[in-house]
Amino acid sequence: MATTVGAGTREAAGGRKRRSRGRGAHRPNWLGGLAGWFWLLIVIVPIYWIVITSFKTQSNYFAMNPLAPPTEPTLDNYQLVIDNDFIRYFANSTIVTLGAVVPAVLVSFMAAYAIVRAAGGMWALRWMNSLFLMGLAIPLQAAIIPVYLIVIRLHMYDSLLAIILPSIAFAIPLSVLVLTNFIRDVPKELFDSMRVDGASEWGTLRHLAFPLTRPALVTVSIYNGLAIWNGFLLPLILTQSPSQRTLPLALWTFQGEYSINVPAVLASVVLTALPIVVLYAIGRRQLLSGLTAGFSR
Amino acid sequence: MALPALLVFVAFAIVPLVGVLLLSFTSWDGIGVIRPAGFDSWRAELTDPGLPHALWVTFLVMALSWAVQTPLSILLGVFLAGHQRYREFLAVLFFIPLLLSSAAIAITYKALLDPNFGLGAGLHLPLLVQDWLGKPALAVGVIIFVVSWQYIPFHTLIYQGAVRQIPRSMYEAAQLDGAGRVRMFFRITLPQLKYTIITSSTLMVVGSLVFFDLIFVLTEGGPGDSTRVLALEMYKRGFQANQMGLASVIAVILVVLGLALALLLRRIGGGSSSTSQLEGV
Repeated sequence: MATTVGAGTREAAGGRKRRSRGRGAHRPNWLGGLAGWFWLLIVIVPIYWIVITSFKTQSNYFAMNPLAPPTEPTLDNYQLVIDNDFIRYFANSTIVTLGAVVPAVLVSFMAAYAIVRAAGGMWALRWMNSLFLMGLAIPLQAAIIPVYLIVIRLHMYDSLLAIILPSIAFAIPLSVLVLTNFIRDVPKELFDSMRVDGASEWGTLRHLAFPLTRPALVTVSIYNGLAIWNGFLLPLILTQSPSQRTLPLALWTFQGEYSINVPAVLASVVLTALPIVVLYAIGRRQLLSGLTAGFSR
Repeated sequence: MALPALLVFVAFAIVPLVGVLLLSFTSWDGIGVIRPAGFDSWRAELTDPGLPHALWVTFLVMALSWAVQTPLSILLGVFLAGHQRYREFLAVLFFIPLLLSSAAIAITYKALLDPNFGLGAGLHLPLLVQDWLGKPALAVGVIIFVVSWQYIPFHTLIYQGAVRQIPRSMYEAAQLDGAGRVRMFFRITLPQLKYTIITSSTLMVVGSLVFFDLIFVLTEGGPGDSTRVLALEMYKRGFQANQMGLASVIAVILVVLGLALALLLRRIGGGSSSTSQLEGV
């Protein structure tokens, strides 16, 4: 399939010459359309294949055209996946994701609020803001070895908490950035009038900043939630026993054990992606805007 | 109010970042005592032929995946920025790869590309029946392809948003002047996307330093060491060969590289307002 990639690039390079934008132009945009449908095919074929194959029996899979729907659909693959403790891994992933996202967004919100309210004032807060910003440019994954050491020393190795704490830390920089940008847009007069009414900083945070920042809070929660739900490195290094396994790691070990049973492996892929696909179906717009959190401004 | 965030961040991000530098001057097997070792780890790692190789593979993956992703993402982003109904529908399907974990994607492609039981064999397409993950050049190509498959939707999304923010009046004025599509793209769209290109490129480039899960599950660095990028080299040194000192040296190199690349791209962008962030993990 490397050849397809080559073709795609050449096409794109040629395409740039003729492209402008879709609307308002008189001539239809052939190259954009071609690239759009072409890439859609590349995206859709593997996904279609995953889904139909996961309903095939193993003998069915080897015998028939891989792109034809199963002649005798079966749920046995899903049964096998669930029998392999995936309910537990599912629960673990849920605990890790919620356990990291909720505190991460909460502390980031508080920090963002403090940074905006103290703007120009306290040097400590400005200094802290640059510290967080620096965290954006550094591949934090490179810090995994000391994180491992700290987790061992705190006797947290092989626990879900070991995944949760670094996940919170890694989520803070971007969350603070997005939330400060958002809180900064709140008119200063609103804060002033809260103060005149005698509200404390905590009161202002809860009754003014929180409701006004809700869309941004949803956005960063989605972004971090997806990254943590799909996270692989932290669980791989900081846990070891099956009882503490999260879904991506479970996928990997399951694939190791059942590599010849392709339909079962693909059923495990479908099952782990299902909750997110459901979320996507419910709130596509919010999820997509969550993904580009700080980038598309 | 800012204290809780600061505490967690310092404990699990800043301290480890400083710690990794300290650890690079020690010798530690991951379980026993940590002993100071001066420059031993640095000397050993810098003379290890595995390091330049891993650097080269990292650079190759970075450059090629950038070169594939950028033009396609711009093209698709501009296309999807249109408001036609069918494009909305395209977009719904288009962004699905964003939802999947790298592990899931790697596992899928491992099965899909299997020379005996994969898609190519099943469809009897000789062109697709290759030992994709068994030959060095093909394996690198597969990684570039899968990376693009996973991340092009993300960058397309960024470009789509940016294109929609270009004021329409600019195009209307150009149209009055009789400019065609090609001209409008090069005179208006591309210059207007400048900062977006910088942001997106920074994400791709710095993000490619930490492609770990995908390559780990897909090839585990193989065949041989042909897809062993720096992040994987670090993992193998530290957690498989139990040489944490040497692995820390690689980690320091990763941090320095990441910072340098981010700063470089920022300089090119003339102090763009956006900051970089990593993809994945």
